[in-house]
Amino acid sequence: MATGTEPHLNSGGVRTGTRAAIDAPHLRADRWWLAPAATAAGLLAFIVYSTWRAFANADYYAAPYVSPFYSPCLAENCEPMRGGPNWELFGSWWGISPAIIILIFPLGFRLTCYYYRKAYYRGFWMSPPACAVAEPHAKYSGETRFPLILQNVHRYFFYAALLVAGILTYDTVLAFRDETYAWGHMGLGTLVFLANIALIWAYTLSCHSCRHIVGGKLKHFSKHPVRYRMWQWIGKLNARHMQLAWASLVSVALADFYVYLVASGVFDDPRFF
Amino acid sequence: MSSYEARFRVWRGDVQGGALEDFAVEVNDGEVVLDIIHRLQATQAPDLAVRWNCKAGKCGSCSAEINGRPRLMCMTRMSVFTREETITVTPLRAFPVVRDLVTDVGFNYDKARQVPAFVPPEGVAPGEYRMMQEDVDRSQEFRKCIECFLCQDTCHVVRDHEENKPAFAGPRFLMRVAELDMHPLDAAAESGLDRKRTAQDEHGLGYCNITKCCTEVCPEGIKITDNALIPLKERAVDRKYDPLVWLGSKIRRRSS
Amino acid sequence: MSVVDRQEWDVVVVGAGGAGLRAAIEARERGARTAVICKSLFGKAHTVMAEGGIAAAMANANEHDNWQVHFRDTMRGGKFLNQWRMAELHAQEAPQRVWELETWGALFDRTKDGRISQRNFGGHEYPRLAHVGDRTGLELIRTLQQKIVSLQQEDKKETGDYESRLKVYQECTVTRILKDGSRVSGVFAYERETGRFFVLEAPSVVIATGGIGKSFKVTSNSWEYTGDGHALALLAGAPLLNMEFVQFHPTGMVWPPSVKGILVTESVRGDGGVLRNSEGKRFMFDYVPDVFKEKYAESEEEGDRWYEDPDNNRRPPELLPRDEVARAINAEVKAGRGSPHGGVFLDVSTRMPAEVIRRRLPSMYHQFKELADVDITAEAMEVGPTCHYVMGGIAVDSDTAAARGVPGLFAAGEVAGGMHGSNRLGGNSLSDLLVFGRRAGWHAAEHAAAQAFERPGVGDVQIDNAAAEALRPFSAEGPAGSADAGRPPENPYTLHQELQQAMNDLVGIIRREAEMEQALEKLAELRVRARRAGVEGHRQFNPGWHLALDLRNMLLVSECVARAALERTESRGGHTREDHPDMDRRWRNINLLCRLTDPTGGLAATDPERGQIDLVRETTEPVRQDLLALFEKEELVKYLAEEELYQ
Repeated sequence: MATGTEPHLNSGGVRTGTRAAIDAPHLRADRWWLAPAATAAGLLAFIVYSTWRAFANADYYAAPYVSPFYSPCLAENCEPMRGGPNWELFGSWWGISPAIIILIFPLGFRLTCYYYRKAYYRGFWMSPPACAVAEPHAKYSGETRFPLILQNVHRYFFYAALLVAGILTYDTVLAFRDETYAWGHMGLGTLVFLANIALIWAYTLSCHSCRHIVGGKLKHFSKHPVRYRMWQWIGKLNARHMQLAWASLVSVALADFYVYLVASGVFDDPRFF
Repeated sequence: MSSYEARFRVWRGDVQGGALEDFAVEVNDGEVVLDIIHRLQATQAPDLAVRWNCKAGKCGSCSAEINGRPRLMCMTRMSVFTREETITVTPLRAFPVVRDLVTDVGFNYDKARQVPAFVPPEGVAPGEYRMMQEDVDRSQEFRKCIECFLCQDTCHVVRDHEENKPAFAGPRFLMRVAELDMHPLDAAAESGLDRKRTAQDEHGLGYCNITKCCTEVCPEGIKITDNALIPLKERAVDRKYDPLVWLGSKIRRRSS
Repeated sequence: MSVVDRQEWDVVVVGAGGAGLRAAIEARERGARTAVICKSLFGKAHTVMAEGGIAAAMANANEHDNWQVHFRDTMRGGKFLNQWRMAELHAQEAPQRVWELETWGALFDRTKDGRISQRNFGGHEYPRLAHVGDRTGLELIRTLQQKIVSLQQEDKKETGDYESRLKVYQECTVTRILKDGSRVSGVFAYERETGRFFVLEAPSVVIATGGIGKSFKVTSNSWEYTGDGHALALLAGAPLLNMEFVQFHPTGMVWPPSVKGILVTESVRGDGGVLRNSEGKRFMFDYVPDVFKEKYAESEEEGDRWYEDPDNNRRPPELLPRDEVARAINAEVKAGRGSPHGGVFLDVSTRMPAEVIRRRLPSMYHQFKELADVDITAEAMEVGPTCHYVMGGIAVDSDTAAARGVPGLFAAGEVAGGMHGSNRLGGNSLSDLLVFGRRAGWHAAEHAAAQAFERPGVGDVQIDNAAAEALRPFSAEGPAGSADAGRPPENPYTLHQELQQAMNDLVGIIRREAEMEQALEKLAELRVRARRAGVEGHRQFNPGWHLALDLRNMLLVSECVARAALERTESRGGHTREDHPDMDRRWRNINLLCRLTDPTGGLAATDPERGQIDLVRETTEPVRQDLLALFEKEELVKYLAEEELYQ
């Protein structure tokens, strides 16, 4: 091998001096930018929508439906919901939207989720934008330092997400009432809530931390047949984690939007019975 | 179905420099990129350096980048390209180049040595090993690895940051750590070696930001990220960031 | 010129497949400083291609299995030409060798009670093959590779250097075994990456280079299989044994070209696949030999019923023994009724619903889908015989794996002859690698220890000669003033293709005297031309140069195969003579040994008539009585000559 010669270029990464002298940061000829661009657009759309709705502090309750963004509602300034998920844990000093209190948890769950991490590392941070496409950053330390080392707390958000999902399930049960709180009724909103809660549960249970806690941490499946079966089942869900992440993101926004439409009077909830 | 002339651009050169060279070369029905490279050798460029071996996707020697994507040349059929397309073939761009399509993959062999080997359980003689199929399934998936090093090549942690090479083992060898940690009879823990902790402390698991390119390029279809890296991250969390697990293990240790 | 880098080792292992790595592990564990040299990257050896499994009588699946049964199966498979002591050791030691892999981290498929699962295979009386899905070879290589790494980790702890006692020189090629008098003293090699020459001095050299398939056009073997070890041994003065026995598998892929030769497993036919010629005819019905007439169906209807009801119908002739099927395919192609690419059609698509094909033949479905873009549920496969394995090889001592006549030279694995006789059973090669790899490493280490105080030396002249030989392709044009002056050099790729074509056509699966004589003439011509094989460029990773050097080995080995095949006037196992179609008991105890005609004169022999190989007949040692007693007399009568039976 040649030694003692000047390297061709040395600007780091794929242009490090010892590597094949190719100037282009990548040679991909396909539309590699499409996936990260679509991801970024989708996430951005959700962020804009949810920010508006979370700070709006209005049109989140139309009996019997409560927007999932505002459930449970934990401040004194919450709209009263009969039998609904409000507990006045935060007194009158809490002036802004009560959604902010509770949204921390699902937000944290999704922010530290192994799928969303991939999505925004690729879509927003371009680290990397796509496989074998050079990333624009000079330094990279991944999740080894603050703040990204905090991604390791994902499992705590998972526990919290279980509670939130429980409450949203409760909300869905409450949706089997009519606007006068009489039980045994159903409207289009009930269906929207049912679809949403199914997707929320599927997404929550398909979480990688959940898969680990349920059985992945075991060394001998053969000694824990029940947990093994559950691990297999969650593994099947987990293979769809990305799809479930998007589907539940859309469904939660739709459920909220449905409540908004009904609460703001744009639309009357069609009742089935 | 007939033969046609395809345009190829192949990187030629060595560590002192090089460039993409243009070739026009015959392509016949049913061929793969490696066949075309061989035809170039036999007819136009006898000294074109390329590494290959089994030509059946089983040995993992002919790794290269085709139109910018890390792939095995023997498993890339020409029929996936249009006849008009110019096909660009370069060496792996994460490793030092040796010549033409051949790179120095020594990084991977160094990393392989840094992962402590399987620790046989004490007092179990050869022939007395008993393991259940469900207990070996996970590690068996990882042992399908043919060590083509495409995952190591595509991983941006080292591809885009040469300076991370000393600290980061790469997907293939983090998967090896996971394989051993999930091996039903590995006695590393009994010998005082905590693979979960060292995954993060010594092999650089924290660098991985699970962007899944390793899984995307794996020719064996191993779910490297979902089945090896993320479970390993969770196991490291058990050790380092989970007070409940930590407390639990303290109590259990005291009571046993 | 003798500024070539030299290093001292106790044992040098040439080849890093299953046998080479197992030998290296053994030698190192017995205290020898050991170097391994391989042409590819560490862990890429051809062993990874093995799918079926490792045959070992562990009796996990059937408690009646034991080494005696395994021995019997092996001898039958080899048509009693096996070096019986090897077959005995192999059957006895295989289980230990498999179990030991588990202690190094191997993960085989399991039985319900947690032991190693064993599967059925052709020629084995009981389910016997330890396996991991269809990637057993990969598991074997990876396990041995990781064991080597673990030994290096131990050495690092003790000495601070991973490579102080066990080092792998990857992507290096050995071109000569060096000697001091009659004793082995080391190897001469070059780095493929840089073209730099170097010498490893060692009193023991283990050859474990695998087979010779790359001398044939259609083969399931990888590029490495150029018969290097066979040629190195010949050049070092060791004889090769029974080189005429080459196993051809009847169904290899022939189309598309990228996958030509890759195996199509026998279970395709077992599950209902049929062979058709270009006229759409199931031609196998025309090729049932008289001796099998009673056991095989006479009509397609009867053959088709057999799959469902094997008790009341005879099996279809597609399931005749491998050599019969291969012969028939060959005949159809020669008669002009072949498929467009020189094979015949193997069809399952019209025989079973797509769903069933995908379920019963998943690996074949994927093999064709991914490698060939052929959907076997919709169209027929094109198949033809493919060169698969060479039973012949370096003549070795059964117990020590020492090559005959060259102290310090050992051989194990496919490169060693004798173990499999005239035909190898599936699954017996992986166990062969382990059993005799270990024995070779063990005795190489012992030999080296015994030589510790009088290590053989390496003379400068030998090194200079080896270097000159290796550099010849760079100055291939004839020297000025000679007859060759100004003539352009030969293209090594062209020579290689011509060699492969000649061996395939003339010394292939069906052999005829005239064709083999023709082959010898062609080989002589190629040998003369190969002297002028020239290459462009420089020594750094130059595949043209590497091929030019490998040509010497392929030509030597091919001549051995052709000469031995011409000499053996019978058909047995992997050697089929059209002009001598029957097995002849008088040949049962005859070994054919190939030796270099002129071991001292380099390879200057350009006289086409003379050739480079001498053939010697040798009578084998009679099978030990207690081993013979394992067989029924009626069976022995078929194989053994009268005088052998009544000794």
